[in-house]
Amino acid sequence: MPRLKLSIDGIPVSAGPGATILQAARANGIDIATLCHLKGLIPAGACRICIVEVAGGRRPVPACATRAESGMVITTASERLQAARRQIVELLLAERNHQCPVCVMNNNCELQAVARRFGIDHVRYGFIAPTLTVDISHERFGLDHNRCILCRRCVRVCDQVEGAHTWDVRARGTASRIISDLARPWGESGSCTGCGKCVQACPTGALFEKDVQGTRKGTLCLEKLLEWRRRRTR
Amino acid sequence: MGTSVMGNNIDAAENLPDYPELKQLLGRTTLPGHELIELLHAAQQQYGHLDQPLLGQIARSLKLPESLVYGVASFYHAFRLEPPGRTRCAVCTGTSCHIKGGTRLLEQLQQLLDPACGGSSGDSRLSLESVRCLGACGMAPLVRIEQSSTPARLYSQMTPDLTLNLLQSAMEGGLPPGEALAPVRLLGPASQRIVLANCGAIDPDSLASARAAGAYTALEQSLRRMSPDQVCGQIRDSGLRGRGGGGYPTGLKWELVRSAPGKRKFVVANGDEGDPGAFMDRTLMELDPHRVLEGMAIAGFATGADHGFIYVRGEYPLAARRLRAAIAEAESAACLGRNIFGTPFTFQVRVRIGAGAFVCGEETALMASIMGRRGQPVIRPPYPAQHGLWGRPTLINNVETFGCVAPIILKGAAWFSSIGTPGNNGTKVFSISGDVTVAGVVEVPLGTPLRQILEMAGGVTGGDFKAAQTGGASGGCITAEHLDIPVDYDSLTGLGTIMGSGGMIIINDRRCMVDLARFFMRFCQSESCGKCTPCRAGTEQALRLLDALCSGEADLEQLERLEELCHLMRETSLCGLGMAAPNPVLSTLRWFRQEYLDHLRNGHCPAGVCRRGAAPCRD
Ligand SMILES: Cc1cc2nc3c(=O)[nH]c(=O)nc-3n(C[C@H](O)[C@H](O)[C@H](O)COP(=O)(O)O)c2cc1C
Ligand code: SF4
Ligand code: FES
Repeated sequence: MPRLKLSIDGIPVSAGPGATILQAARANGIDIATLCHLKGLIPAGACRICIVEVAGGRRPVPACATRAESGMVITTASERLQAARRQIVELLLAERNHQCPVCVMNNNCELQAVARRFGIDHVRYGFIAPTLTVDISHERFGLDHNRCILCRRCVRVCDQVEGAHTWDVRARGTASRIISDLARPWGESGSCTGCGKCVQACPTGALFEKDVQGTRKGTLCLEKLLEWRRRRTR
Repeated sequence: MGTSVMGNNIDAAENLPDYPELKQLLGRTTLPGHELIELLHAAQQQYGHLDQPLLGQIARSLKLPESLVYGVASFYHAFRLEPPGRTRCAVCTGTSCHIKGGTRLLEQLQQLLDPACGGSSGDSRLSLESVRCLGACGMAPLVRIEQSSTPARLYSQMTPDLTLNLLQSAMEGGLPPGEALAPVRLLGPASQRIVLANCGAIDPDSLASARAAGAYTALEQSLRRMSPDQVCGQIRDSGLRGRGGGGYPTGLKWELVRSAPGKRKFVVANGDEGDPGAFMDRTLMELDPHRVLEGMAIAGFATGADHGFIYVRGEYPLAARRLRAAIAEAESAACLGRNIFGTPFTFQVRVRIGAGAFVCGEETALMASIMGRRGQPVIRPPYPAQHGLWGRPTLINNVETFGCVAPIILKGAAWFSSIGTPGNNGTKVFSISGDVTVAGVVEVPLGTPLRQILEMAGGVTGGDFKAAQTGGASGGCITAEHLDIPVDYDSLTGLGTIMGSGGMIIINDRRCMVDLARFFMRFCQSESCGKCTPCRAGTEQALRLLDALCSGEADLEQLERLEELCHLMRETSLCGLGMAAPNPVLSTLRWFRQEYLDHLRNGHCPAGVCRRGAAPCRD
């Protein structure tokens, strides 16, 4: 199959067949901010931070979950897109309790990084600030719902890579919460293998490692893991 | 999705209670794992509610992860995870019931019954809940009372006092009969009906009666005398457009599925009808189930599918029962099932029951739900026509769209396209309710002026005409100056609203438009699946802003914030629910901006609907 030829922000780029717009952009040094995306997982297109405009399209599309096509003319940073992204980040910041100074992931958090990148210094929406629990029943890890942005990276990594499917989401809408097994404390989970992939995959301080100061995340190389898994099943 | 079976907690399993009946219920499922929702329905019926041990047992029996089962059970509002009260009182909060005081009734009952209910958690004697539109809008405001010993009963035109009396008698064991099922009134001239032609004229429980009125002759004719391409061609030439809201050309969709590669294909009829204030599809499924089934079978023949699913809204038990009976009877008469009419064509239909989620009307969420998962939409493309149920090409049409198929085959594409206006062929069924003399269902040619439709419902009651809300929570309103507009897909889009699936709520001049917009936003907020940020968090923030407006606490800046949020949701949401959630706000802002301005801080509610503390109010 021939390589795809398209234009991103006025720059002509090429991409392998089947590549997403995000892959095409990143491979050519154009960065698009993402949150729910994690390399190696099936894209969810849920957070909507990575939206881009495709010329001729009616609405912006998520770059992480949209296939690139030859001839596409893509804009990644128009005024309208930047404004929408800022709004989305503000919505996330207002939704739960994101207090960076007291967070284990301060300066290491993807939500914070995105907010910084878009120059967000205040939130124009009312803080919903629900009272949420912190689950520290697991021996090594903890889950703080106050910092969860419902990106479902933990759910997906546990299902798609570890194959344990310990995590899922309960209820819907604003009542959605990440749950383990039958919405039981994590420490009692019979399906959790304790592998810690979910902690690594979490973009914020919602899933954290106990006792470790400033957990470093995003260090997990999912592509290698997937490759290993493929070999094992073959 | 790669789900796995994990090591279960053996110790815990040993202490679990036994559910002997579960085995039997399980025996009925044929696609274990994918019939999770069916099993949850059956288990709830058997045990009253779904508690953790039961869900754990179900997970083990179906070899599904526990969190997945819990996620599904808690996603759908029809599933109870806690034991319900012995007497269950539900107040309908559909659109008609809302404007006629249903929401206020619920609030008042909550206050009055709070001690009896033991707060929101409910004790075992009495529980109070709200229920989505029951499709019985003529009875607004509507209350449903259920007791374990008796089937659910409906009571119309309720007040707090009347409800309390009812509950009193219910708890003393003497509940008055009430209406078991809300009757639908067919309005307007019968001669114009195509889809509903047989409704009311035949016995919906009898195949013979339906056959006498011509059921399955179009299917027989297609099978014996036409090729699948010819059938697709007829539908294309008729100009039929989808009746589920989008108005996508049906013939085109059929051809897409037909030409999609793959041996196995599916046909899905969307009978979820989640819009509050819509009951057209309910009418058709209850009164002429064979018409829908025949349309599906013809579609199966045309597209090369041998299996169909009809997804029926959970609130419509009668429709589901009649469809099931109709399928069984049609199969035994070789009108459906194996070798239909002795030809090689085989088409099997299964009924799937929804579980209380509006978003499941969205096609990708609908498919997830049919496969027993949370009704969360996924990104398109790929479209269902390429990658649908279990990855196979899948045709999804509304039940009314299927209802148009048989007449087109029998009378020809040219006949169908002669009805209606250019580009908007055929008839459309509308359910009309709200401030009208008689609420009911009408079927009229597309392009019929709104004024005529309104007259069929006996005109406006309780005041003068103010607006008609079309398209439900995804739509907008039409004002008095546009009463003569021809109602079809294109003219309504021009007015900034949509025809939607055909729900039409008439509003008189004593209603508050800001309150109505808030009602729809509350609906979308509680129906949002929660997957994408703009819809999940956006509807919540928009609802808070509308709450502030209605209680006289908002200023101009907050109104601007609201408009800005509406545009964000429309542009960036993942699925149609979030994209359309702002429509009622934007539409009422367009036509009734002054009312919003009147509601700002220190202002008042011109209609006297919104109660507030200090602000002067007319009533
Ligand atoms: C939130 C949402 C709810 C929907 N609800 C329904 C519904 O209740 N019934 C329906 O037929 N279509 C509904 N639709 C439209 C369907 O997604 C789909 O377009 C339709 O069933 C296609 O059938 P048609 O081409 O015959 O209209 C809904 C769409 C969205 C986005
Ligand atoms: S728009 Fe709403 S309903 Fe649709 S995917 Fe997003 S959150 Fe779910
Ligand atoms: S990163 Fe693309 S939608 Fe979240």
